[in-house]
Amino acid sequence: MGKRVGMEVAIAASEAVALCNIDVAAVYPITPQSHMAEHLADIIHDGRIDAEFITVESEHSSISACAGASAVGARAYTATSSQGLMLMHEILPIVSAMRLPVVMGNANRAVSGPLNIWNDHTDIMPQRDSGWICMFAENGQEVVDMTIQSFKIAEHPDVMLPVVLNIDGFQLTHMIEPLEFPTQAQVNKFLPPRKPFATLHPDNPVSMGCFNMPDIFTETMKAKDTALKNSKKTIVKIWNEWGKMFGRHYRPVETYRAKGAETLILTMGSMGETASIAVDEMRGKGRSVGLVKLRLWRPFPVEELRAAIGGAKTLIVMDRAVSFGGAGGPVATEIKSFLFQDRKRPRIVDFIMGLGGRDVAVDDFIAMVDRAKKKKDETYEFYGVRE
Amino acid sequence: MKKPLKKGLRRPSWPEKWHEVTPGCMVFTPGNARTYKTGSWKARHPVWNDEKCIKCGLCYIYCPEGCIKPNEQGFYRADLDYCKGCGICAHECWPEAITMEEEEE
Repeated sequence: MGKRVGMEVAIAASEAVALCNIDVAAVYPITPQSHMAEHLADIIHDGRIDAEFITVESEHSSISACAGASAVGARAYTATSSQGLMLMHEILPIVSAMRLPVVMGNANRAVSGPLNIWNDHTDIMPQRDSGWICMFAENGQEVVDMTIQSFKIAEHPDVMLPVVLNIDGFQLTHMIEPLEFPTQAQVNKFLPPRKPFATLHPDNPVSMGCFNMPDIFTETMKAKDTALKNSKKTIVKIWNEWGKMFGRHYRPVETYRAKGAETLILTMGSMGETASIAVDEMRGKGRSVGLVKLRLWRPFPVEELRAAIGGAKTLIVMDRAVSFGGAGGPVATEIKSFLFQDRKRPRIVDFIMGLGGRDVAVDDFIAMVDRAKKKKDETYEFYGVRE
Repeated sequence: MKKPLKKGLRRPSWPEKWHEVTPGCMVFTPGNARTYKTGSWKARHPVWNDEKCIKCGLCYIYCPEGCIKPNEQGFYRADLDYCKGCGICAHECWPEAITMEEEEE
C-alpha cells in the first residue's frame, strides 16, 4: 500500500479518476465541485493521462457528451453540483435507460432558491428516480476508493448502469485529509479496460435509445427497474473484492455501535463521522444509542437496513432535504414506506437538518436524540430552526 | 402479405415480455424501421389528379415519410403502407392536383 499523502478531497477525487484509465471527461465547473473540474483538466492537459477533456458550455452538454462518448465505448466521467445536476436532470434517465456506464461525482450543494452554495442533499434527491446507482461517501478516503469502484460497478456486464457518487460539498470537497492512493498497477488489476456490451460503430450498426410505443414501454421500464435492483448483488461483490485487496471494507449499510442499541441515528454522507463521535459520547454515559449509515441510496438496500435496525425501538432519520408539502424528508419517507408492512418496526423520528451548509455538530446529534425521546407526534421537524 | 425485405436485411423479432427487452432497448438490425408499417395511422390518404399534375415533384420532395415516388408514367403516388396521411403533399401542391380523401371503414 502506498504512503499517506495530505490532499484536498476534490483534488483527490480527480487524482482517483486519473488512475482509472478514462477516455473522456466532460466537466463544467461549479462551486463546490470546481477543483475537481480544474484539476482533472490540468491532469489531462499536462498529458499525465491519455484522455480527452471536452470543455462544454453547460452541464446539459457535459452529461450528453459523456453519454455519446460512452455509447462509442469510451470510459467517461463527469462531475457537477446543485444547479448543474438540476440542468442535467433531463439527460440522467436517458443515460440509465441506454445502459451507459457513465460515472459522475456530485459535490452536494443546496439547490436555489434562494441561492446558497453550501452543503446539503437537496440536489441529489430530485434525481432519485432517474435510474442511476446512487451512493454516498463519508470521508476523503471513501471518495478515492468509491470513485475507482464506481467505474467497475458501472461497467460490470451484470450492471451496465451509470453511477453517481455523492461527495458533500465543502464538508468533504474542501477538506485536506490524509489519504492512501492505490498504485496504478493495483488499479489496473482491479479495474480492467471497459468491455462494452455494444458500441456505435459504422461496421456494426446498432440503434441506441430507441423509441418505445405504448405496447413495449412498460416492459422496458420493468427491465430497467430490475436491472437497477439486481445491481446490488454485483455492487456488494465488487466492494468485497476491494476489501480483500485494500483492507477497507464497504457495505450498502454501515453500522457503528448499533448492535443492541435502543435508539439508532441514521445518516448519509459526511455527517456519519460527526454522528459517530456523538454516539461514543452517549455510549460513554451509558445511553443505548448506535449509528446506521446509508451508503447506498439506489438501489435501496432494504434487507441490509432491516438487519442493521435489528430490535431498535427508535430510528432517528437525518434528512438533509425537504419534500415541500410532503410526508417528510425523502429518506425518512422512503424508510417508513419500506417498513410499513413489517410486524416489528421501530418508531421513526424524522429531522430535517443541516440545510444549506448549516453545521451539525456533536451536540446537535445528542440534542436530537433527546428531542426524539420527548417528541409525541410522528410529524417531521426542522431541527434547530429559530422560532 | 408481408413485403420481402431488401437483401441483407433481417426482420427483427420484437420483444414481448419484459425480460426479452435488449439492454438499453438496443436494436441490432439496421434499417428495420421499414418493417413497421406506419400507414395504419392515417385517417386520410392523398389522391392525385393526373390531369392537373405537372410532374414538378414537390410532393416527392416535401413528403416527410419519403413514401412518394413517381410511377412509370412519371406521375407521383404514395406508398400507402407508410403514408401517415399528414397532407403536406396536398398542401404544397400548387397546381392543386392532390386531394386528401377520408379512409374508408
